[in-house]
Amino acid sequence: MTDTETSKIPVTVLTGYLGAGKTTLLNRILSEPHGKRYAVIVNEFGEIGIDNELVVGADEEVFEMNNGCICCTVRGDLIRILEGLMKRKGKFDAIILETTGLADPAPVAQTFFVDEDVRAAARLDAVVTVADAKWLAARLRDAPEAKNQIAFADVIILNKIDLVSPAELREVEARIRAINPYAQLYPAKKCDVALDAVLDRRAFDLDRILDIEPKFLEVEDHDHDHDHGLKHYHDEDMQSIAIRHEGDLDPNRFMPWINQLTQSLGPNILRCKGIVAMKGDPKRFVFQGVHMMLDGETQREWKPGEKRESKVVFIGRDLDEELIRKGFLGCAA
Amino acid sequence: MADEPVSLTKNVEPLDAGAHVVAATFLEGRPTLAFADGTLRLGADSVAPHPDGAILVTASDGGRLVTGGDDGRVVATDGAGKSEEIANEKGRWIDALATRSGAIAWSAGKIVRAREGSGAVKTWTAPSTPRGLAFLPKGYRLAVAHYNGVSLWFPNAAAEPQLLEWKGSHLDATVSPDGRFLVTSMQENSLHGWRLSDARNMRMTGYPGKTRSMSWSHDGQWLATSGADACVVWPFKDKDGPMGKSPRECGVRPHRIVQVAFHPRALVVALGYADGLVLLCRLGDGAEILVRNPAPEAGAISALAWDDRGSRLLFGTDAGFAGMLTLPA
Repeated sequence: MTDTETSKIPVTVLTGYLGAGKTTLLNRILSEPHGKRYAVIVNEFGEIGIDNELVVGADEEVFEMNNGCICCTVRGDLIRILEGLMKRKGKFDAIILETTGLADPAPVAQTFFVDEDVRAAARLDAVVTVADAKWLAARLRDAPEAKNQIAFADVIILNKIDLVSPAELREVEARIRAINPYAQLYPAKKCDVALDAVLDRRAFDLDRILDIEPKFLEVEDHDHDHDHGLKHYHDEDMQSIAIRHEGDLDPNRFMPWINQLTQSLGPNILRCKGIVAMKGDPKRFVFQGVHMMLDGETQREWKPGEKRESKVVFIGRDLDEELIRKGFLGCAA
Repeated sequence: MADEPVSLTKNVEPLDAGAHVVAATFLEGRPTLAFADGTLRLGADSVAPHPDGAILVTASDGGRLVTGGDDGRVVATDGAGKSEEIANEKGRWIDALATRSGAIAWSAGKIVRAREGSGAVKTWTAPSTPRGLAFLPKGYRLAVAHYNGVSLWFPNAAAEPQLLEWKGSHLDATVSPDGRFLVTSMQENSLHGWRLSDARNMRMTGYPGKTRSMSWSHDGQWLATSGADACVVWPFKDKDGPMGKSPRECGVRPHRIVQVAFHPRALVVALGYADGLVLLCRLGDGAEILVRNPAPEAGAISALAWDDRGSRLLFGTDAGFAGMLTLPA
C-alpha cells in the first residue's frame, strides 16, 4: 500500500433498515476503549449516547451528476462535510457515517469514485449493514431498500439473534447468502461484535481484494449446532454471480467487455469485483465497481507457483447469468 | 515572454502560521490570516473568534473579516482585532458566507440568512443546502448557489426568489463587478454563467478539476479561475460575455492551480499551485514573475490576497505556512 493511501482518513458506512440496531452499533463503537477518535456523521442528533465532540448532522442530499449517466448519483452533503472535516485534520482518526434506514448505499460509495477532493482526503473502508434477525426476511420481501443494503454490504451484523430460534436463524442466514455470499456475516446480540470485524476492513482497497480471496468465491459454511446444511435459496430479483476461468484473459477482449457490460447493465449491477490474469502481463489486474463506475489497476506480480486464473463477481438485480458467463468466458486468451 | 525567469522570491517575508490557512486578507492595511483552528493572525497579534471550532468559510469587504465556523457561529473581526458575534446557529455548521458594505449573509444547512448593517435579519429556506453566496453589487440582493441552480433573493421583499435553473450541483458563486454576470463553479468540473439581464446561460467547460477559486480583474472584464494546470481567464468585456470566445491561459505548469487573485490595479494575476509555487502572470503577454518556489511538503496554496494598493501579496498553505511579498517600489 502506498503512503498516500495509508494517510487517508478511513470512512465506515453504517447502514441497516429502520430498527435493526445501527445506533446500538454506533454507540458501541464509540464507547469501547479503543483509543481512537472518531468523527461521526449522523442524520439525527440526540440518538448518540456518547459525548463526542465531532458529531456532524447530515441531510442525505443525493445529487445526480450532470453527466448523462442516470445512476451516477453522489451524496452532495458528504462532499461538503468531508471538506469541512478536513479542516479538523489531526483531531480524529476515522469517520463513521450513519445512513438513514431507507438509504441506498450506492450514492455514498459513488461519491468516493467520482469526487477528486474526497478521494484525495478519505477512503471508503467498508459498508457495514446491521440486519434484524427477526424481521429481515419480511423486509427482504417488502422493502427494496433493505435488500439493497444487504446486497451492498462488506460486513453484515445479523443482530438480535436471541429473539429467534436456531432454525429461524439458519433460514435468515440462507436468505442473506442468496443475495450476498461474499460479505462477512456476524450473528450478534445487541451488536456485540469485535470492533475489528467492523472497522479498518479496507474492503474497497484494491490491494485487499487479495486478502479477502479465501471467501471470495465460496459460500461460507458456518452451520451451527444442527446437522442440517445451509439451505439454498434463490432470491427472485437479486443475484450474485461468480465466474472463474482457469487461465488468462485477452485484455483486448476483456476491457471492452467489462466496460460495455457495466455501461449497459450498470443500473442493475450493485457491485462487482475481479482479479484477472491478463495475457502477457506478469502482474495481476484487479478491479471493482459500483453500478457504472469501475476502478481498476495492475497490481502485484503473480507469485511463482501461484495459479494464474481469472475470476469475477457480480451482485445485482435481474442479471442474466448465462449471458454474463458466456461474455466473460469469451474473453479467454 | 520574458527571456529569463524573473524572481521576486527575495522580496518574500515568511510569516508564522502553524495551521491550515483558510483565508488571507488585509484589514485596515494589516496582513490577516484565518486558520482552520479557529484563530486569526492580524499583523503580529493573534485572536480567536472561534475558540472551540474550525473556521470553515470567510468573507471580507475590506473593513472586517467575517468567519463562519463548525461551532455554528458567524463572527466579524475588525482591523483592531475586535470580534463581534453576528449569529449562532447552534449545532450546525456555517456552510457559506458573503459580505458587502456592512451587510452579511450566511447559510447553515438549508437556512439562508441575510443581515443588514442595521442588524435586521431575514431568513429564507433554500431547496437544497447552498454551497455559495454572493451579494449583487447593486441593491440588497443575494445570489444563493445550490443544487440545480441559483436563487436570486431580495431579503427585504416578500416575493419568492427568482430561480436561475441549471442542472447539477453549484458550488461557489461570484457576480461581476458591474453586476451584469453571475458565475458559479460546479461539481462537474465546469463553470456556469448567466447574463442577469435575460438569464441567458453560459457554459464554461474543459476543466480537469473543480474550480474553487475565481477572481475578477479590476476593470471587471476578465474572470481568472483555478481548476486546471493553467490559469483559465474568461473574457467578460462584451455584452455576450465569454460566449463563443476562447479563454486566455497563463501560468501553464504540470501542476494544478488552486488559488487565483487578480491585482487590484493592473491586468496581472497571482497564481497559487498545488505544489506550493506562487507566480505572477501578466495577462497581456503572459510574462511571469516567480514569487515562491515549489515546496510540496509545505502544502498546497490555500489562500492568496492582494492589499488595496496592490503592493503586497499575502499567501498561505493548507499545511500551515504563509508569506508576504512586498513589491519593490
